[in-house]
Amino acid sequence: MRHVLLILVPVVATFAILPSVYSNHLLLFNFMIFIMLAQGVNVIYGFTGYLPFGYVGFFGAGAYGFSLMVIHLQAPPLLALPVGAGAAVVLGLFLTPLFRLSGAYFSIANLAAALAVLQVVSNPNLESITKGPYGISLSGVFNPTLAYGTALAVLAATLGLVIYLRNSRFGMALQAIREDPISAGMAGINVVRERIIAWLLSALIAGLAGGVFAWYVSVFYPETVFSGEFTIFAIVFALFGGNATVVGPILGVVILYGLYNAVGISTPQYFQLIYGALIMGLVLFLPNGLVSLLRRWGLNVP
Amino acid sequence: MSPDHSPLLIIDGLVKQFGGFRALDGLSFSLAAGEILGLVGPNGSGKTTCINIVSGLYTPDGGSIHFEGRSVAGLPSHRLAHAGINRTFQIPRPFLTLTVRENVDIAIAYGRNRDTRTDTDALLSSLGLLAFADQPAAELNSARQKMLDLARALATGPRLLLVDELAAGLNPAELEHIAAKLKDLACSGIALLVVEHLMGFIGQITDRIVVMNAGKEIFEGSLANAFTNSQVVEVFLGGEDAA
Ligand SMILES: Nc1ncnc2c1ncn2[C@@H]1O[C@H](COP(=O)(O)OP(=O)(O)O)[C@@H](O)[C@H]1O
Ligand SMILES: [Mg+2]
Repeated sequence: MRHVLLILVPVVATFAILPSVYSNHLLLFNFMIFIMLAQGVNVIYGFTGYLPFGYVGFFGAGAYGFSLMVIHLQAPPLLALPVGAGAAVVLGLFLTPLFRLSGAYFSIANLAAALAVLQVVSNPNLESITKGPYGISLSGVFNPTLAYGTALAVLAATLGLVIYLRNSRFGMALQAIREDPISAGMAGINVVRERIIAWLLSALIAGLAGGVFAWYVSVFYPETVFSGEFTIFAIVFALFGGNATVVGPILGVVILYGLYNAVGISTPQYFQLIYGALIMGLVLFLPNGLVSLLRRWGLNVP
Repeated sequence: MSPDHSPLLIIDGLVKQFGGFRALDGLSFSLAAGEILGLVGPNGSGKTTCINIVSGLYTPDGGSIHFEGRSVAGLPSHRLAHAGINRTFQIPRPFLTLTVRENVDIAIAYGRNRDTRTDTDALLSSLGLLAFADQPAAELNSARQKMLDLARALATGPRLLLVDELAAGLNPAELEHIAAKLKDLACSGIALLVVEHLMGFIGQITDRIVVMNAGKEIFEGSLANAFTNSQVVEVFLGGEDAA
């Protein structure tokens, strides 16, 4: 409860108030999307240790799930959103056999899966279903104010979930699995099941983020919502801030995405290079992120 | 150990292959509640493999395992833990970034211990770990990490405890303490399978030992009788230089 008051409420309130004083709403919206995605990476990487290089696949699946519901079934956005996110969860279910792979093999197979989904979605032969490479236009449901408000709700739910993981025995079990799956089994934890639950929750977060993103921007191409940049940014932000904490990924987004927008927009190619190098550096030298530095100074970081 | 008691654990003809190599080649023995059975044998004879199979890390390639009358061969570890089987590891495997207390709490939360009075602090205290309760397990030395393995196993309320080289690396005082602890556990009705190289330790706590060589049992009986058995003597002394 303390974390809800100290973290969830202030963060959500900030994003609720800022649009009335700051005019670049798209930027604020993107900050929310990246907090969701960084927290989604946190759930699967921070708590269970699997680094999902194809994480954007869930984001894209959510965006397309949402859009296809709207286009083909004329579903209202607030119904299309959960169903669309369901597409990400289904994709997550299909990918559960990847957990047989360890470490880098899991990450690479996950990346390949995301690319495969992009290929299917952007296939010109599927134009009648997915609009193929020509992209999606949702002008009929365009409503940035309501979409922004819905994103606030998804953000709140995401933070609520991570706060729950941080404070519950389920979250502790996930961390035990990350530390040593064999010992976790001996402690009585159903390793396979708990890991899949975390994976699907992580997919659900990205799916909701993708759906609400599709709604907010309303016009996009397959490459937009399957862009590897989403994965890289989300991973870097989560790693930089500190995994398996609530505040780490938020700090990561605020600092690094803030920096990116302040100086990086004009030279994005350098930023990708820098962020790629940052991933390697962080994994090797500061695996627990900024938060672990704060802890070293004696601060107790939730 | 009255003979009319049916054994808690019955292992019959257990086989485990790694590629073409038979690490276990028809191993059989049984164990009663409250009994401490020593499992000894040279390095590579299959002792750890036996524990790994009984605790669900590996599935057997042949033979049967019955625990409390039901077949448990091939069940996953968490189900065996729930059923009342637990273990320690030859190389301890704590949850390194979790605190010592969390390591035990998690086993209490998930282990389905029938004894709901199991208390983390009491358990840590009995194994000399209470002073370190709030440190990450990574900061413990190896001997204390082994005690933490034992604490975590006990937190699940096992009726069969498999102990893999717990005594190695302990000083004499610690050895004495852990021997007494294991005997207490047996007195409380837990069956213990103890793998150990230190024969003094084995002699101190067991009534009966099984000697293994190359995946098979070559002797069963008391430690004293074991060394009157020519096959045992050959296995233990034959390979070593002019003993
Ligand atoms: N996972 C494994 N893969 C391949 N070989 C193994 C594996 N585990 C054990 N072995 C082999 O099985 C034999 C028995 O090993 P182990 O049970 O660890 O012996 P002990 O504990 O008696 O020293 C050894 O030759 C070992 O190399
Ligand atoms: Mg061994």
